Amino acid sequence: MRLFAALALILATPLLAQSNMPPSYWAYRQLPDARQEAQAQALMQELRCLVCQGQSIADSDAELAGDMRDLVRRRIAAGEKPGEIRAWLIDRYGDWVSYRPSAAPIAWPLWAAPIVLLLFGAAMVAGRLKRTRS
Amino acid sequence: MSRALRLLPIIFIVWVLGTFAWKLIQPSDTTIRSQLVNRDVPAFELPAALPGSPPLRSDDLATGEPRLLNLFASWCVPCIAEAPVLEDLQRRGVKIDGIAIRDTPSAVAAFFDRHGNPYVRIGSDRNSSVQLAMGSVGVPETFIIDGKGVIRFQHIGPIKPEDVPGIMARLEQVR
Repeated sequence: MRLFAALALILATPLLAQSNMPPSYWAYRQLPDARQEAQAQALMQELRCLVCQGQSIADSDAELAGDMRDLVRRRIAAGEKPGEIRAWLIDRYGDWVSYRPSAAPIAWPLWAAPIVLLLFGAAMVAGRLKRTRS
Repeated sequence: MSRALRLLPIIFIVWVLGTFAWKLIQPSDTTIRSQLVNRDVPAFELPAALPGSPPLRSDDLATGEPRLLNLFASWCVPCIAEAPVLEDLQRRGVKIDGIAIRDTPSAVAAFFDRHGNPYVRIGSDRNSSVQLAMGSVGVPETFIIDGKGVIRFQHIGPIKPEDVPGIMARLEQVR
């Protein structure tokens, strides 16, 4: 039984197995045009890896992240704007795929929070000053 | 300052901490669902995954009757568990098309030799480009596509025997 368990452990394959195929062409290759590569890099830093969800596709070694880098570089090389590629992915996977906060109504409290807090702080200071003066 | 106004920051902080605690207790669901449900299948054209078998184009999916589009791979372990369930669905008359993700013809052929081939057409997606266009994140995944070529449902993960009645009901629903 113990031998069987040991054998099973050795033979067990991880659930998220990787394929036997080599990485896509642009997964680990930089674009020859430095300006385009910089654009691609900046975008890849802000796209979430769909497999290891805490990482960006620029950081992740997951195959799907490699395929997404391939997609980003291919489209940038074809002259597409980073914003269009981001919009294409958001259209398929939702806002969560992009790390850049959106200006959607649901995010308005987030953008308003610093202003509200500053106003609140100013009101408190004003109240304090008025009290010390009187 | 009135008493109520002075309590306001405390109420606010308690509310924020309460939200944090609630979200921490809640088991997190990190499934990323495709946003394409109830929208047209994106246009694509894939070569055949097996030599001599028909290729798969997005137009092949709009045939007037609902069908399943199953994303699988020969290197995917849960796909092995799903294979007999797909064959069961095929026996019930369900039309299933497949997309092999990051796969080679020989590996796909070996997979079918061992686990059976329930597919009408099988496309080969060597760099996950169609998978990304579909808003899918892994294998296996199955989309229900109605007769007009509109995606109506996404099933993430292997279809288990207990999922079959639900899948059949949804197929009937979109007929």
